[in-house]
Amino acid sequence: MTGALDHLIIVPILLPLVSGAVMLLLDERLRTIKAAIGVATTIALLIVSIMLLRMADMMPPGSGVRTYELGNWPAPYGIVLVLDRLAALMLVLTSVLGLTTLLYSLARWHRAGPRFHTIFQLQLMGLNGAFLTGDLFNLFVFFEVLLAASYGLVLHGDGVGRVRAGLAYIAINLTGSFLFLIGASLAYGVTGTLNMADLAHRIPALAPGDAALFAAAAAVLGTAFLMKAGAWPLNFWLPTTYAASSAPAAAIFAIMSKLGVYVILRLWTLVFGPDAGSLAGFGGEWLLIGGMLTMVFGTIGVLASQTLSRLAGCSVLISSGTVLAAIGTGGGAVIGSALFYLVSSTLGIAALFLLVELVERLRGPGADVLAVTMEAYGEAEDESDDKEIGVAIPATVALLGGSFIACALLLAGLPPLSGFIGKFGMMAAMLRSDGGTVQVSTWLLIGLLTVSGLATLIAMTRTGINSFWARMDDSVPRVRIIEMAPVLALLLICLGLTVGGGPAMRYMEATTQALRTPQDYVTGVLSAQRPGSNGAEVRP
Amino acid sequence: MIELIFALAVGILTASGVWLLLRPRTFQVIIGLSLLSYAVNLFIFGMGRLRIGSPPVLQNPEVVDPALYTDPLPQALVLTAIVISFAMTALFLVVLLASRGLTGTDHVDGREDAQ
Repeated sequence: MTGALDHLIIVPILLPLVSGAVMLLLDERLRTIKAAIGVATTIALLIVSIMLLRMADMMPPGSGVRTYELGNWPAPYGIVLVLDRLAALMLVLTSVLGLTTLLYSLARWHRAGPRFHTIFQLQLMGLNGAFLTGDLFNLFVFFEVLLAASYGLVLHGDGVGRVRAGLAYIAINLTGSFLFLIGASLAYGVTGTLNMADLAHRIPALAPGDAALFAAAAAVLGTAFLMKAGAWPLNFWLPTTYAASSAPAAAIFAIMSKLGVYVILRLWTLVFGPDAGSLAGFGGEWLLIGGMLTMVFGTIGVLASQTLSRLAGCSVLISSGTVLAAIGTGGGAVIGSALFYLVSSTLGIAALFLLVELVERLRGPGADVLAVTMEAYGEAEDESDDKEIGVAIPATVALLGGSFIACALLLAGLPPLSGFIGKFGMMAAMLRSDGGTVQVSTWLLIGLLTVSGLATLIAMTRTGINSFWARMDDSVPRVRIIEMAPVLALLLICLGLTVGGGPAMRYMEATTQALRTPQDYVTGVLSAQRPGSNGAEVRP
Repeated sequence: MIELIFALAVGILTASGVWLLLRPRTFQVIIGLSLLSYAVNLFIFGMGRLRIGSPPVLQNPEVVDPALYTDPLPQALVLTAIVISFAMTALFLVVLLASRGLTGTDHVDGREDAQ
């Protein structure tokens, strides 16, 4: 591969960093320029991540991964960025969500507080970095970058509710970061490395006493990641925080909880794979049980939700719990379908978060809160420069209702949208994988999948009736194209996932296959050809 | 002996930090977080093994006997962790003040307990 393409791997980190830094220098009143820079950056990010996805997909099976050595230090000593199918998939998901939520925020939210665009870009940078890095401590640094940005986004728009939720959110995540540090340093103390591939390489050779210490380190690390993923009982902060934050922030947070799931999937399959000796499959049953309990909690939460935003927050829990439990079952095909479900449910939840605000305008009070916030921030200009952003669209209620139904179908996992394929694939794989004898836990999980879907459907129907049919007045709210288009785009992508289910599923299967052969990842990282050396493509 | 003192220090800091973290006043929470961060930083440092009188930086690159040197990596990690937790604590302090200003109380829930 040519030199220029090798550097493409670091672009998803550098691009938002640079554009965020540049926007910091611009005056806060130059919103149009900032918005243009932000949108241009996210579009570029989307293009780059799709190129990376194609690059990752074109790698022949068994050839491992593409690496990028920062500072040109070889793998176990320097920090490497690692691109494989899973990382590329998450990058594309991030940039799709980034672009749609940024467009949505241009309608009004980006004016509701200072430095929105910079914080948003740094959030994307942290997410991309965390997906790409191949080093445990570097992962911590990117976690902190995205957390710091997310603190800004949670508080974006101000107001008592946000500050109160933000206080708990920051305290929880600081504690989580300490757990992360303890786990990472303990892992280093035991194995003497922070490189994930090298870590996997050294696990089988650990002395029994050290193996126990490493198990403790992994448990502490896992707690930190599960906290991020929203696994029960570490998730009481999540629905409150997500419901309190502004719509674009909540939509981008939909992928943040998936980051915890991603890290668990990556580290767990890599470090505790079949080669790990006495530690092989460590903690699998915890993931299964924790995931199922999270699903139960999320299901109850969905049914108990009084507001639509809280309902969306609880569906984040169901989605996380489902994927965690599917990882815990350990079956290959289950993980493939779970990845498909992860993508479609993340898109669906993000669309729902964006839609919530629009739907609540039907009821009135939601819009009032925003208006008050904008006033408090000192924004007298309301209708004057709205015109340049977009115009109100016809058939608003019909569009809102249609999107709402689509979201409900997606999250409940009903045909014809992509949520169905993911759930059905998981169930089919679970029934197939055990070869006739299906375990009790598998039946439980299948039951929970069905019940959580049903509960989501009931809750969404109830809120839908309240919002659309039982309205007090028949006034049509003002919804602009720029607000509606991102929601429709997200739902159309889900439709595309359904129509192109075959190729998408094939990609997920290939991803799972790569995850199940961690030795390819390890050899790929540790024996990578360094760009600038003699260029021979021969691998040992 | 130094291991014992070190372990006791980390333990006491962690215990006090966790206790303060669970207290209802925001100021107690922030002090608890600070104590926890000290404990964690010491812990990271300890993961490079405790050794007295051995430098972390190679002084004579020709003759390298790693046994004479202490592990420099945890010290670099501690530096990063200190900077990050310091910045986060400062940020938390701002949110704490905002919460105090908006709700008029320093209770973590934003309202006093029902007496």
